[in-house]
Amino acid sequence: MELCDLPAHKIAEMVRSKQISAEEALDSALRRIDQVEGRPGSLDPGPARPDDAEKVHAFITISAELARQQARAVDRRVAAGEDPGPLAGVPVTIKDLFAVQGLPCTAASRMLSNFIPPYTATPVERLIQAGALVLGKVNLDEFAYGSSSESSAFQPFPRNPWDTSRTTGGSSGGSAASVASGECHLSIGTDTGGSVRQPAAFCGVVGVKPTYGRVSRYGTIAFSSSLDCPGPLARNVHDAALMLSVIAGADPRDATSSARPVPDYPARLGEGVRGLRIGISPDYFRITIPDHDINEIQHQAIGAEIEQAVLRAAGRLAELGADIVEDVPLPHTQYGIPTYFVISRVEAASNLHRYDGVNFGHRTSKEVEDLHELYRRSRAEGFGLQPKLRILMGMYVSAAQYSEQYYNRALKVRTLIRRDFEAAFDSQGPYRLDALLTPTTTTTAFPVSGNMHEDSVLMQYADQFTVTANHAGIPGLSIPAGFDSAGLPIGIQLLGPDFSEERLFQIGHAYETVTRDDEWRKARPKVLR
Amino acid sequence: MTQEINEELFEHLVLLAALQLEPDEARYLRGELNRQLKAVDTLRAIPLDPEVPTAAHGVSYTPQTSQPARGDLWEPYPDPRRLLELAPETQDGYFVVPKTPHTEI
Repeated sequence: MELCDLPAHKIAEMVRSKQISAEEALDSALRRIDQVEGRPGSLDPGPARPDDAEKVHAFITISAELARQQARAVDRRVAAGEDPGPLAGVPVTIKDLFAVQGLPCTAASRMLSNFIPPYTATPVERLIQAGALVLGKVNLDEFAYGSSSESSAFQPFPRNPWDTSRTTGGSSGGSAASVASGECHLSIGTDTGGSVRQPAAFCGVVGVKPTYGRVSRYGTIAFSSSLDCPGPLARNVHDAALMLSVIAGADPRDATSSARPVPDYPARLGEGVRGLRIGISPDYFRITIPDHDINEIQHQAIGAEIEQAVLRAAGRLAELGADIVEDVPLPHTQYGIPTYFVISRVEAASNLHRYDGVNFGHRTSKEVEDLHELYRRSRAEGFGLQPKLRILMGMYVSAAQYSEQYYNRALKVRTLIRRDFEAAFDSQGPYRLDALLTPTTTTTAFPVSGNMHEDSVLMQYADQFTVTANHAGIPGLSIPAGFDSAGLPIGIQLLGPDFSEERLFQIGHAYETVTRDDEWRKARPKVLR
Repeated sequence: MTQEINEELFEHLVLLAALQLEPDEARYLRGELNRQLKAVDTLRAIPLDPEVPTAAHGVSYTPQTSQPARGDLWEPYPDPRRLLELAPETQDGYFVVPKTPHTEI
């Protein structure tokens, strides 16, 4: 086993205790990148190459030199007897939606292809302060608008390390792929409707959507400001907990960041699940699918392999002493995506207005008659199809004559979704749940360039089990729970009340521990076989 | 009944959005907008009590958990040259921006 395959907390321990140097940890990750990455995403990729379809393509920018400087600094601190931080020498990747001073920050869009931020996002700054090594910026759907990472303006798009004919999911697809393939130990993504948890599930890694406000959004390019949550991707729950303990906490630069103290998440991982009440809801075993042929929304049962993975996990947790509470009603789950179609688009359109070629973003080089034409040409050239679609939808549903019918109604349904969870978690109510156990996704990773690619409605419904947590603001944790018959990872999700991340980590860790010797735990991503 | 975005309304939206679209882009985007509206239309089926409040965010903010307001303080950036390097056009340490149309009152 290579160093890059070890857990992040082990690497940090080994660096801190001088068993290895940070540079050795870095070299191992760089060798893995050489082995599996292929060419990074670029605006002008040229024709497809023979091995493109077999590589991971997680990165847009590889910052090996920056990581080298950081590794040497960590090693100097260790040698001097100073505390090098809890993530000493751990190679990490950064979704290319976070500002890192001196590195391009593209949001996977032509609009920001030349943007080099003069400052660093708060969660990234905290990773660096904790001794992490920034290996580079990883690919995503353009402006995080998608669930497959294929809509990036930087091609080739990332591919799933377990089967490169499948998508990584998205929008944090580069993050999930880089963690799953061992190119890094940790990555930071953003989750607006499921963009950390869904790719984590597709790529067989752990993904965390923290409570809204738990992690500062300062320096994160905004998608939907009331829904966006930066969060960790890792290969095990301990590493995810460690990373969240580093990046979480109040930030004077983000007024929505919470002042609540941050627990030492790894410290109480082993407390177990005895006596915890873990709910299962029929509303998370029923899929809603738009059927364009008959112009109707259809409902059907979730696939048996995913259902069984969730029920098996519930059984294992019950063996450990958890009380499994069945038939918990969450009736507004089915409205999560339609509500998201409205709220996220209104907020996205608002956030995208700043990219006009003058204040921010690409400016056309063509001759223009006046400022208005400069705006139109710059935005037409800079934005891909998905940003344009979100701008138009957001403007339509928030227009004065339609806002009562669409936007205000969606905001009220958001209240109902929140109330569903409040009832389930109410300590005086009939269910009194500590957590809810659900599938993370409706399917395992779907094929690249398939029918999902251009169908924005079908693509959005891929997030139907994750998006409700974003509406409600509550935390969610996706963890691997086996494979389907095609060898693709299955993810299960734990949802809890506001700021219950510590409890979710305990449950996830208990499940990991009890399944540690299961046969499926021995599987390795195809790109490493 | 879903309201459909017809070509005329679509062109108006494109203008408001400060976009220019190629014909094939316009066809795709209008089609997707109408499909999304069809999905959004399912929200009409929910019986909504007029007393249900809107939720602009999921997690409640209390004075105990919220950040205090930040002081409105001017902080000079340590190296303005870095900022100027990002601009498409500069002159004598200033950003050059396109001429802004205006109307004499």
